[in-house]
Amino acid sequence: MSRKLVVGFDGSDASLRALDFAITRAQAQGDSLLIAHVLEWSPYSFLTPSELEERHRRRKEELLRAETAVMRPVMKRMEDAGIPFETTMRYGHIAETLCRVAKDADGAMIFIGRMGNSGFATRIFGSVAATLAQVAPVPVVIVP
Amino acid sequence: MEHSTRALMTAGMAAGLTAGPAAAQGIDETINTVFANSTGWFVSLIFSNFPGTSFPWIVGWLVIAAIIFTIYFGLVQLRFFGHAIALVRGDYSDPNDAGEVSHFQALTTALSGTVGLGNIAGVAVAVGIGGPGATFWMILAGLLGMATKFTECTLGVKYRNEYADGTVSGGPMYYMTKGFAERGKPGGKILAVLFAIFCILGSFGGGNMFQSNQAHAQIINVVGDYPGWITGVVMAVIVFLVIVGGLKSIASVTEKIVPFMAALYVGTALIIIAMNYDMIGSAFGQIFAGAFTNDGVVGGAIGALIQGFRRAAFSNEAGVGSAAIAHSAVRTKEPVTEGVVSLLEPFIDTVVICTMTALVIIITGQLVTDPETGLFVMNEAGTAIRTVGDNSGVALTSAAFSSSFGWFRYILVVAVVLFAFSTMISWSYYGLKAWTFLFGEGQTKELVFKIIFCIFVIIGASAGLGPVIDFSDAAIFAMAVVNIIALYMLMPIVKAEMSRYAARLKSGDIRKYD
Repeated sequence: MSRKLVVGFDGSDASLRALDFAITRAQAQGDSLLIAHVLEWSPYSFLTPSELEERHRRRKEELLRAETAVMRPVMKRMEDAGIPFETTMRYGHIAETLCRVAKDADGAMIFIGRMGNSGFATRIFGSVAATLAQVAPVPVVIVP
Repeated sequence: MEHSTRALMTAGMAAGLTAGPAAAQGIDETINTVFANSTGWFVSLIFSNFPGTSFPWIVGWLVIAAIIFTIYFGLVQLRFFGHAIALVRGDYSDPNDAGEVSHFQALTTALSGTVGLGNIAGVAVAVGIGGPGATFWMILAGLLGMATKFTECTLGVKYRNEYADGTVSGGPMYYMTKGFAERGKPGGKILAVLFAIFCILGSFGGGNMFQSNQAHAQIINVVGDYPGWITGVVMAVIVFLVIVGGLKSIASVTEKIVPFMAALYVGTALIIIAMNYDMIGSAFGQIFAGAFTNDGVVGGAIGALIQGFRRAAFSNEAGVGSAAIAHSAVRTKEPVTEGVVSLLEPFIDTVVICTMTALVIIITGQLVTDPETGLFVMNEAGTAIRTVGDNSGVALTSAAFSSSFGWFRYILVVAVVLFAFSTMISWSYYGLKAWTFLFGEGQTKELVFKIIFCIFVIIGASAGLGPVIDFSDAAIFAMAVVNIIALYMLMPIVKAEMSRYAARLKSGDIRKYD
């Protein structure tokens, strides 16, 4: 049975490695890919009045930019690989949103790249990979 | 709200308007005289009392409106309070709309425009003159004001303009024109133009000059005296960078710090109240007793009522129409949801934050009572209750908090400056919306407004332009006169929206997202 593999993708080298690894798995097992790009966003951040006014327009611009800069190059790669795939772009907390994407699409696994930061910031704020490993509803593959 | 200059000044507030540099003194006086002569009638008109009382009719206008809306919408502030919190938490937000303006964001942005000096200085004035009983009436007026906010913010979203590029503009100007046209009523356009004029004037005064003036007054209170234009120029440059230069980082830093400062303020108040937990019962006893009986303050229980109502009306801006501008950008399919969320605003501003200030002042024993009669002792002028150290206004709040934590007066300065700054940013936006409504949109036109706005920041900090600020305050309350007329005309529309929404909520048509 064909399964759906969710790939968290942000255009970084790490996420490209995760994508490549997911492609090899999908080719081997006859799975399809769901490539998810999450734009970091919190509904609890504070905005000025003019930011409120422009938010709807900015959101459209951000999605357009993500589409052209992040997603379009991937399309090419995917068509070359010849595997069935879909893409999705979401706003939210990255790890939580990837979980939601996997849940909504009935994904079998989540693939993400590891940024490899081991610094102070990661200790304080945690990393997407670590959070996903803790909370994901499906198996998570963390590609180094 | 902070445009309570007139009340603060009549109360002889310690942190009053500062003298400008000597060289500018002559110019100041000329401006004062010219302005006072040409605008005095307008100020007197707005702030005049009901015949034979010391009750300003504008406060009655706001309170009566709040009572009417409360009855007309069937205690909307109680019925929808829990739902308001669920909306702010995002329980009803469509995940596909993530990245759009959330209810939380619209609420906090509107709040940062109203939380400020009114909560710190204004309450001290109310309790100082009206006694603890003023707190009771202030809370009651805050609770009633929630219905007014609900009405104006629902209309603000319903009649906003959404442009092709995705930006939105909303506020009283738009519901006056579009709402009146929809109901086939005349005069919408005239009301809208009047509102826009008053809004521009108010944005220069209470939303601007008063802020920089009081920020400067607080700074010199701590670091010592220096010319006000220095503070003015510094603040004007920062405001200029934000509103003209589009330097978002400063604004967003402020927007992040202001809620933190508000939380710190309330948190410290709670700690002081908890430290004196044995006093809580007697403090509430004083509040209730003073609300209905004579405890020795000027005017007795009626005096307490006037001060409490007045302060609440000045503090939460319910009915002024400014919040309708800030709330209209939220992404929602139902205008009522934003009205419901906005009713939390007077609650947080007046019922929570103002009450904290009042409780701390009462509990720390700042007000002097006569040990024999138990009544409050008047100061020498007989205008207010004598306080420990003869403080009033910000100084009274500062003394009350510092009696438990000596360092708090420094925190208070930072809080006042930040509150002032965020209020200026908010009002620059309200003023600009009114400006573009009158003159049309366009970069040059908008730049003209923004530059005038920055000039007023400097004027406000450097000179004691009492009459100018008086006039601008009057303009803000004139906004309420025009706005509430429109609210009366359009309230059936809000009621229809509310009933439809309530029915859909009940039938399960509108559900929480998991």
